Amino acid sequence: MTPSTISHQETLIESSQKFNAPRLIDRIFFWLTVALAVSVGLILLWITWSLLSIAFPAIAEFNIGFLFSQVWNPVEDAYGALPQIYGTIVSSIVALLFAIPLGVGVAVFLSENFLPRKILTPIAFVIELLAAIPSVVYGMWGIFVFIPFILPGLQAIYGTFGWLPFFSTQPSTRQLFATALVLAIMILPTIIAISRDSLVSTPPELRQGAYGLGATRWETLTRVLVPSALSGIIGSIMLALGRALGETMAAAMLIGNSNRVSASLFAPASTISALIANQFGEASGLQRSALFYEALILMIMTLLVNMLAEVIVNRFQQVE
Amino acid sequence: MTNPSTRPTSTNNAVSDDVVIRTENVSVYYGAFQAVRNVYLDIPKNKVVAFIGPSGCGKSTLLRCYNRLNDLIPSARVDGKITYQGIDLYDPKVDPVEVRRRIGMVFQRPNPFPKSIYENIAFGARVNGYKGDMDELVERSLRGAALWEEVKDKLKQSGLSLSGGQQQRLCIARTIAIEPEVILMDEPCSALDPISTLRVEDLMHDLKQRFTIIIVTHNMQQASRVADLTGFFNAEAGEGGSRFGYLVEYDRTEHIFNAPKEQATQDYVSGRFG
Amino acid sequence: MSSSNQTDQINSNVYDIAPGEFDQGMTQGRKMFGNVMTGLVLSCVAIAVLPLASILFMLLSNGLVRLFQDFPSVFTELPPPPLVDGGGFRNAITGTLLTCLLGALISVPFGVLTAIYTVEFGQGNKLSQFVRFCTNVLSGVPSIIAGLFAYGIVVLAMGTFSAIAGGVALSVLMMPIIIRTTEEGLKSIPREVRQGLVGIGATNFQGVSSVILPASLPFVATGVTLALARAAGETAPLLFTALFNQYDSRGLREPIATLSVLIYNYAIAPYKNQNELAWAAALIVVLLILAISILARSLTSKKIY
Repeated sequence: MTPSTISHQETLIESSQKFNAPRLIDRIFFWLTVALAVSVGLILLWITWSLLSIAFPAIAEFNIGFLFSQVWNPVEDAYGALPQIYGTIVSSIVALLFAIPLGVGVAVFLSENFLPRKILTPIAFVIELLAAIPSVVYGMWGIFVFIPFILPGLQAIYGTFGWLPFFSTQPSTRQLFATALVLAIMILPTIIAISRDSLVSTPPELRQGAYGLGATRWETLTRVLVPSALSGIIGSIMLALGRALGETMAAAMLIGNSNRVSASLFAPASTISALIANQFGEASGLQRSALFYEALILMIMTLLVNMLAEVIVNRFQQVE
Repeated sequence: MTNPSTRPTSTNNAVSDDVVIRTENVSVYYGAFQAVRNVYLDIPKNKVVAFIGPSGCGKSTLLRCYNRLNDLIPSARVDGKITYQGIDLYDPKVDPVEVRRRIGMVFQRPNPFPKSIYENIAFGARVNGYKGDMDELVERSLRGAALWEEVKDKLKQSGLSLSGGQQQRLCIARTIAIEPEVILMDEPCSALDPISTLRVEDLMHDLKQRFTIIIVTHNMQQASRVADLTGFFNAEAGEGGSRFGYLVEYDRTEHIFNAPKEQATQDYVSGRFG
Repeated sequence: MSSSNQTDQINSNVYDIAPGEFDQGMTQGRKMFGNVMTGLVLSCVAIAVLPLASILFMLLSNGLVRLFQDFPSVFTELPPPPLVDGGGFRNAITGTLLTCLLGALISVPFGVLTAIYTVEFGQGNKLSQFVRFCTNVLSGVPSIIAGLFAYGIVVLAMGTFSAIAGGVALSVLMMPIIIRTTEEGLKSIPREVRQGLVGIGATNFQGVSSVILPASLPFVATGVTLALARAAGETAPLLFTALFNQYDSRGLREPIATLSVLIYNYAIAPYKNQNELAWAAALIVVLLILAISILARSLTSKKIY
């Protein structure tokens, strides 16, 4: 190159190498965001670790047998998680049995034009409100309104179907079944929101194609649209399951906190989170450690369910 | 000339003045895909250079190498050597932010910042360490972009409230406010109506007194109106069927349009092509 | 309905009947199927809306009565001991506001900067994918576990239940909401604007701090308000962190009362006066959450892009 092409001002390299405050700030800012992003990513590990470290004495003491023991005796410092694991899983599954058909039904309703948009929008808003009610308010509503309201009905079921193991005890005022129904209401918005999104985002060609073949609205829905939105719907169910497993307040207030496994859904029961909420205040030593052990089990359960949901929902978004 | 890797012979006699940017055997890859192959091309000072050619011929890709905008695409890679005032732009010691302060860019779609008209210009200047009279700089830049008369009473309004043509001139004003030595323009008029286009073209004639301008355009008339030098790029299918772009011919604009040396150029400028 | 029947139907529709006349060709069975399903779906909606109507009715009839009866003492007095009439929950109102504020103070900078990393710098690299995955999983962590986490890292370390511990627990729940909405906001900024910033030689920090983040502020604000709405109703994470306090809290290092914990304590108490106060407090919380959510909606409508 000829000398004439070189500028007599500062060259690019000189100014690049010179100290420059914006460049320094930019570097610091970049590494700050990296540090925070990493730490948010690590919070999950941190949570698990902090549970694990406090639970450790109980893990050392009871080992894996903790999962299968029905004892919860603070006086003798003997603990087991079976009643809570059972209650957590059964209450969540019963809740899903009610919430899935209801939620998918409402999602179908909101994704179709049964009613003009003017009416549909407020209904959608009202259903979103269900998600805004705090769980402690659901618990209180359960105590004062819902359980007194359904108890006569449950009595009738007991009268007729009492020979079935599920309904084999006199319905108690604090019981698993009623708790599961309240949980079902609480997880409805999760199922509705995501199922509706996946129904709305099915390609319009599918609907047009089905209509073009002379299918009715409902034939299109049941044979084409719902199947094609299925992974989104299943993802929403998994997320709802995750919520139901971890829900604390409604369970703590309604389930009766009985540390026994009973086949009857009408009997008092317990869940992991309800046990923690009820006992943590007075717990210390090995009992507190055992409660953290239970929390660890809950954490692992919800992590698995949520990760699965994550994978399923992601697949649905990619297909979309 | 059918072998694209041969250096176009006309380059030397076209460029006798000071060279600002020298492009030596530059190829650009996106991952394994070669977008531009073996370009040699020198940009002289205070001239308007136009890059023309069919779409997919790599002219925008090459333009984006000059201010290292391709750095934003993780898979992009530049081979060969681009020097700016004798210094390798891709030298690891060179900070790309410094490059962009000296080599400004006007984009295809007007992209004012969501700020006031005044701030759109002041922001760039402030970022580049301008410490002087900001009001004066804003007015000077807007006058330089032939926008002052239209906006002088509404400098506090959002830049997004302007029409498309005004927005593009605001972006030019924003670019000249930071006083770069070179301005890259990537199809600056493709989103504008004919009247706005004409105004921007007039502007380029004024700007070349102070700046070196490289403009990518689809519009051959535009190139013939504004450019001192024109490079014609073409695309060709390489081995495996993937297309790559290369420089066919680079010369004074009147030669390219009236007496091109290459048949491909002749076909393109006479409209028999693409 | 049999499948052969259906095939006939389709044929006749396609070849013989104009599109407008499809309904005429429908058999009784198919019509009935549609009507039954429509009926089922409508009853689903009714069943879903019913609990909400009942809850709102109870909140208004029980809570509102108490608020009016004891206005303004519910807002100015302290919670009553058992078997004492009257009283209020001023300490719980300030406590809820304070713990939520602390939660926001922690989660907003964390969440916003994390979103800036994943959208502006990471752009889908391994780290940002990992962070996004963790964010999604984090949003499913049970709230009581967030409470135990804060218990483990704050209460045990400080040796006392405190407003700070409550804020830390809430921040874990608020963070995913803030990260997601901020990411959405940053992604809404057009690519052209980013290129413009690069083109004038702005550093990433200059571009983000003066153009990109301000332009996505409506989204960030929406995220913050949604997170506050969630935090305001949370009880489980506060049970063993903020605990409760019958009196006004005198500092951040002390246990503090919150509306949600007050509702829990008083709803399960056997005293009528405390039950009534719980309903009144529940009404306040729900109104607070509604107000915040409506604010969030109006903030979203202010977006630039």
